[in-house]
Amino acid sequence: MSATLRQTPLHDAHVSLGARMVPFAGWDMPVQYAGVIAEHLEVRARAGAFDVSHMGQLHVDGPSAQAFLQSVLSNDVDRLADGGAQYTLLTTEAGGIVDDLIVYRLGHGSFLLVVNAGNRQIAYEWLKEREPRGVDVRDASDEYALVAVQGPSSLDLLGLADAPAFTHAMGEVAGVEAMVCRTGYTGEKGVELLCPVDDAVALWDGVLARGAEPCGLGARDTLRLEVCYPLHGNDITQETDAISAGLGWVCALETDFTGVDALRRVKERGPERRLVAFVMEEKAVPRQGMPIAGGGEVTSGTHSPSLDVGIGMGYVPAARAEPGTELEIDVRGRPRRARVVQKPIYRKEH
Amino acid sequence: MAASESYPDDLRYHPEHDWARVAGDEAFLGITWYAQDSLGELVHFEAPEVGATVTKDGAYAEVESVKAVSDVIAPLSGEVVEVNQKVVDEPETVNEDPYGEGWLVRIRLTDADEVGGLLDVDAYRAHVAEQ
Repeated sequence: MSATLRQTPLHDAHVSLGARMVPFAGWDMPVQYAGVIAEHLEVRARAGAFDVSHMGQLHVDGPSAQAFLQSVLSNDVDRLADGGAQYTLLTTEAGGIVDDLIVYRLGHGSFLLVVNAGNRQIAYEWLKEREPRGVDVRDASDEYALVAVQGPSSLDLLGLADAPAFTHAMGEVAGVEAMVCRTGYTGEKGVELLCPVDDAVALWDGVLARGAEPCGLGARDTLRLEVCYPLHGNDITQETDAISAGLGWVCALETDFTGVDALRRVKERGPERRLVAFVMEEKAVPRQGMPIAGGGEVTSGTHSPSLDVGIGMGYVPAARAEPGTELEIDVRGRPRRARVVQKPIYRKEH
Repeated sequence: MAASESYPDDLRYHPEHDWARVAGDEAFLGITWYAQDSLGELVHFEAPEVGATVTKDGAYAEVESVKAVSDVIAPLSGEVVEVNQKVVDEPETVNEDPYGEGWLVRIRLTDADEVGGLLDVDAYRAHVAEQ
C-alpha cells in the first residue's frame, strides 16, 4: 500500500471490520465490507453507514460571504435561511463545473461548503483567489469527520426526529455532538453527520451499534447512479455545462454568477448533447468511457443491484436524448442495446 | 452465500487463477476461489460461443463484478463444447460454488500434453500465498 495515501480518522475501524481498502482520490478508503450488492440492498431496505470523511469542508465567513457565494455558485444562496442547505455548482466563466457541492447556511455571514474529496484543493484555491475583502475562505477539512447514515430506517435507528430534506441542526448522536444534515448521496432518507475528528470513532461505533451496516464506496456509487446523482469527474467536469448535464434546476439564471451568460446561451439555443440515463436491454455492464453509437460516450456505468440489470449515464446528441430512444453501446467491441429512460433510473415504490 | 476458501486436490491450475478438471479428452474450466474473491460478487459472464476455439494462456471469456471486468484465461487449448447456462443466468453461482455448479465451459482438448504444464494444488497454493 502506497505510503502517500491519506487515511480518515476511521481507517483503523474499517480495517478491523475487514473492509477491502482501495485508493480513491488520494485516500485509502473502504470499497466494501460484506459486498457491494448486500450493502446496496441494505441501504435501500434499512440503513447503512458510510465514512465520507475524505470529503472537504470549506468555511466561508464574513459580512460579504453571502454576496460572494451568490457570485460564484450557480444556485440562489439568497434563498437559504439559517439551518438550510442547498445543492449547487461552482462554475467556470465558460459554464463548466469546477465542483458540485452542498452549501450549508450556519448563520448570518457564515457558510459551510462540503466539496468532493478530489476537488478539495481546486475548490479551495478557486474561492481563495477570488475572495473579496470582508470574506474569509478556510479549508477546515482536516478538523472534521463525516459519516453518512442512509436508508429508510436511518433516522429511527439514530433516535433522530424527522426533518425536511436539505436542512441541518446540531444534535446528539450516540453521545456525540454533531451537525446533523438531512442530506445524502443515495436517494434514500438519511443524514450526514459532521463531527470533530476526535469524536469520529465514537460516532462511527455508536452508529454501527444502533444497527446501521457499514457500507463502502462501491455501494455508494451504485446507489447514487440508480438515482442519477452525477459524479464529478465522470458525469460532470470543467468541460461540461450544467444545462447539458440536466442540472439547470440548480442554476438560478436570473441571478448573476460566474458563467451565467454562457449557461443562458446554452439554455436559449438548446444543448447540442445531453446527459441521459439508460438501461441495458441486453446482458452487459456499461462502463465509463465506452462509446455510444452516433456520437456519445458513457460517463458512468454499473450493474444495478436493485434492478439486476446494467445501467448508466452518458452524453448523447440532443436528438437521441428522449426517453425510449434506443442506444447502442460499444462494450469492448461488442454492440449492446440500451434504452434511454426517465431519470431517476430507480424509483422507490410507495 | 459466498464459498469459503478452498483449492481441490483433483484440479490442475493456471497461474492466472483458473482451474481445469480433466476427464479423458475433455475438461471443465472455471475460475478459482481466489479469483472470484478478488472480483467480488459476479454480475455478468460474457461466455464464448459453442464451437469457439480457446487457446492456452489466451482470454476466452469475461467475468464482471459491480466494480470490475476481468478476462478469463484458458488453462488449456481446445474447442468449446458446452457453456454453463446457469452461470450465464445467475453469475453469482461462481461465488457460491466456484468448482462445482460454477464451472464456466466444457472443452474438447486439442493438445492433451498441455495438462502436464499446469500447476498442481500445492504449487497453486504457493502461488496464491505470494499474491
